Amino acid sequence: MRRYLIGKIAQAFLTVVFVIAFNFFLFRIVPGDPAALLLRGTSAFNPDNVEQLRQDLGLDKSLPVQFLVYVKDTATLNFGESFFGRGAPVIEVISDNVWPTVLLVGTSTIASAVLGLIIGIYGGWKRGSKFDVGSLGFTLFVYAMPEFWFGILVLMAFAGGVGPFPAIFPTGGYESAASDLTGLAHLVDVLNHLVLPFSVLTIAYLGQYSLIMRNSLIDVMNDDFVQTARAKGVREKHVLWRHVVPNALLPTLTLTLLSLGFVFAGAITVEYVFSYPGLGSLTVQAIDGNDYPLLQGLFLLFSVAVIVANLVADILYSYLDPRVRAG
Amino acid sequence: MRPPEALGHVAEEKPSAVELEPPPPGVPKSPRAIVWARRRRSASRIWRMYRRNKMGMAGLFILAFFIVVAAAAPLIAGEEALKATCECNGAPFSPPSWEFPFGTDNFGRSVLALTVWGSRISLTVGLLATVISMVIGSTIGIVAGYYGRWPETILMRLTDWFLVIPFLPLAIVLASILGQSMSVIILVIGVTSWPSDARIVRAQVLSVKTRPYVERAQALGASPWHLITRHILPNVGPLILANTILLIAIAILSETTLAFLGLGDPLTISWGRVLEFAFNAGAAGSGQWWWLLPPGLAIVFVVLAFTMCGFALDEIVNPKLRRR
Amino acid sequence: MSLLSVRDLNVTYRTQGGPVPAVRGVSFDIEKGEVLGLAGESGCGKSTVVNAILRLVPRGTDVNGGILLNGEDVLGMKPGRLRAVRWTQASVVFQGAMHALNPVQRIGDQIAEAIVIHGRAGEREALVRVGGLLEQVGLPPRSLEHYPHELSGGQKQRVMIAMALACSPDLVIADEPTTALDVMVQAQVLQLLKALQRELGLAMLFITHDLSVLVEVSDRLAIMYAGKIVEEGDSRAVFDAPKHPYSQALAAAFPTIGDDRFRHKPSGLGGDPPDPQAIPSGCPFHPRCPLVFDACPTIVPELYQAGAGRRAACLLVEGALVDAPGTAE
Repeated sequence: MRRYLIGKIAQAFLTVVFVIAFNFFLFRIVPGDPAALLLRGTSAFNPDNVEQLRQDLGLDKSLPVQFLVYVKDTATLNFGESFFGRGAPVIEVISDNVWPTVLLVGTSTIASAVLGLIIGIYGGWKRGSKFDVGSLGFTLFVYAMPEFWFGILVLMAFAGGVGPFPAIFPTGGYESAASDLTGLAHLVDVLNHLVLPFSVLTIAYLGQYSLIMRNSLIDVMNDDFVQTARAKGVREKHVLWRHVVPNALLPTLTLTLLSLGFVFAGAITVEYVFSYPGLGSLTVQAIDGNDYPLLQGLFLLFSVAVIVANLVADILYSYLDPRVRAG
Repeated sequence: MRPPEALGHVAEEKPSAVELEPPPPGVPKSPRAIVWARRRRSASRIWRMYRRNKMGMAGLFILAFFIVVAAAAPLIAGEEALKATCECNGAPFSPPSWEFPFGTDNFGRSVLALTVWGSRISLTVGLLATVISMVIGSTIGIVAGYYGRWPETILMRLTDWFLVIPFLPLAIVLASILGQSMSVIILVIGVTSWPSDARIVRAQVLSVKTRPYVERAQALGASPWHLITRHILPNVGPLILANTILLIAIAILSETTLAFLGLGDPLTISWGRVLEFAFNAGAAGSGQWWWLLPPGLAIVFVVLAFTMCGFALDEIVNPKLRRR
Repeated sequence: MSLLSVRDLNVTYRTQGGPVPAVRGVSFDIEKGEVLGLAGESGCGKSTVVNAILRLVPRGTDVNGGILLNGEDVLGMKPGRLRAVRWTQASVVFQGAMHALNPVQRIGDQIAEAIVIHGRAGEREALVRVGGLLEQVGLPPRSLEHYPHELSGGQKQRVMIAMALACSPDLVIADEPTTALDVMVQAQVLQLLKALQRELGLAMLFITHDLSVLVEVSDRLAIMYAGKIVEEGDSRAVFDAPKHPYSQALAAAFPTIGDDRFRHKPSGLGGDPPDPQAIPSGCPFHPRCPLVFDACPTIVPELYQAGAGRRAACLLVEGALVDAPGTAE
């Protein structure tokens, strides 16, 4: 068991190293001068600045040396300087914007997962029923919908107000600007701003969770031991919750954590739509400003988050499944 | 009951040393012909089963509709309607009317024209990107599955890596560095979506590799190329097809998102770009639903169509999904 | 009154390809303490009969006929009564103990569950009883802590047997309990079942495709083909002198070393059992029957008297008695 865990951790670490290497080589493989690339499109683009940047970035040194320097920098969380705020360290810019995203993604993932699992359980158990067909249809429809488009529509309806829809929510942001609210009032204000993006993200992804759970449940439902439980006289309710669900939950758990990557993708666009000042909006600003150091830093962060989520999923699974725990 | 495959392959491997009488009319003349006749039969069987699948047929109809619309774009609205300075344009930001069924955008352009012409770009990008990912994925899957050991380990690690890395951040980084053009978008999506095909192909290769008729063929001296093209690809084909159709749906969604974020080709109009314009022009706050709904709904329906077709096909060809 | 009385049982599955009549008019009785063996090839409907007795068939399946367990009509029971009857009056030892046990639950808990839900004991006492049951089947009581994957096939089968005995039922239905096991383990499990049956005076319905096993274990024998019983009677008598051509073929497929009958003749029946959706006309066995004659495709045989306490569904029985396999009519 311990070997399994160590193996998984080593794998995760290796993947992170790949990401770092990828980031490094991304600039170097593009034809042309990386420094020029960095300054392209900015006002600072002139031969002197480019040369200065080349020296700063150590681009005149040999490739292996550059790589080592890069790795060392990464390890010390030195991702270079963002083009924002005139050269603020990337790491600072990122950490300033982390919390809103954690709040948004954290709460919506939990809500999404819980709702999705329950819907999936009932849909799978009552396969073919109106509820099942309805929830499948709903899932399919939401899956086909770009989350940001859904977000825009929600924004238009509930914040802008159109047709029969009331404009009851703020049009964006994390909290009311120019306010000195503290304590409970502040919390309410934050929550008020959170409602729309939270709802959009939750609805956008609960379908995925419900589908995974539903399929897992249907697989398990057909196993022989379910027949054994019924023959023993166990009531249907308990057959579902004591026998089927525990077995169906295991693979679902892993798959759910693995979906985190998609949630981040959604967060990027949804934050942008709702002007929600988190990492997502930051990413879009970085795109607009060609802020490559920031983009790379964000990419690394997102990747590491997903890798860690995968690792946690693996570890959790191995603890919960007696077959793996023993082996 | 012997499986038909065994029959076909036994015939293939028999050396034609003995002069056989000419076969009676109606019977295929050679081993190759037998194999192709069998493939045609199995294809028509799949089609017959597909026809019975309501979801699949519905998806197919929607798809056909959009393909027709995309092809007939010039007939529905002239290409000049896409220009901001066209005389055919109406008043900006106007809601739907007889003249402009979907209303107009900030330049007064007909949203209907934008949506119809946008279908071309979105469908093209989706298709091309998926073809790239299918080719890359299949190749990697075949090489990994067939050769095993070192190549397999390395390639599978690579596949796992691509699977773990979140798609949008990766695509954003690639697209912003490589520049904004349609080919970049196609490339970026294609290069990041191949892992699913690779996995499927490799799994199939592994299962086919150990079948008796493959071992027999190898014993008879069949080359890897022969095995791959004659044995592995036909087996893997239907599964890849189902997966690929699903990938097209994802590719279209990806293109839309990338375009919306500003990474799209500035010279083309795709659904994502229309939404980008609309959002940037404040359509949400101003309640200009006619500008926002049509491109979005078009995306939803096209993606739905591909997904339904893909699911339906998957149900038919994927042995694991056959209902008990 | 028989312990179990099945009259004209018909079970038809609903599938995407149309209705599948798996059981077509099966009738039999089992008395207290009696062991009835049910034999036949795969697909003849024997497992369906098992599932039907306790109404374990999938939803939507058509089940009609009469099933009386201790005089009570099973098909008419309300869900609550059915659940109470399950396991306490009749229990099942399922085949392929491979997946018949919940992989994420300890086997002790799974056996105890049966005891607890039928109110036989509280949770703690139930585990004590589980220990006793495990001992009865030849397993160390400690094994109640194990998960199914930690046990061998034979051990898992013993667990299934222990579980089946948990509520002291009158009838135990053994659905191919030895099929998935190695020959040596098969023998052990069979011995166990025989001993338990004698000790506890259990009635048993023993399902298998292996005729030689049934002769060891059962008092009476019934042979199924294409959803019907084609022969029944005392097990030794049926095995030694089968009246129905199908039974003859089945019996011949299990050669006895030293028995002259098997010395020179190749045994084994050609062809496959019929698809339930395409059952041949007249006698369903006629396409494969070595003794077929012109009346066979047209008349559906009933179970005719073929000696004391014996019946066989073959047109040849009505007339002269049929002798050992191979003799012309």
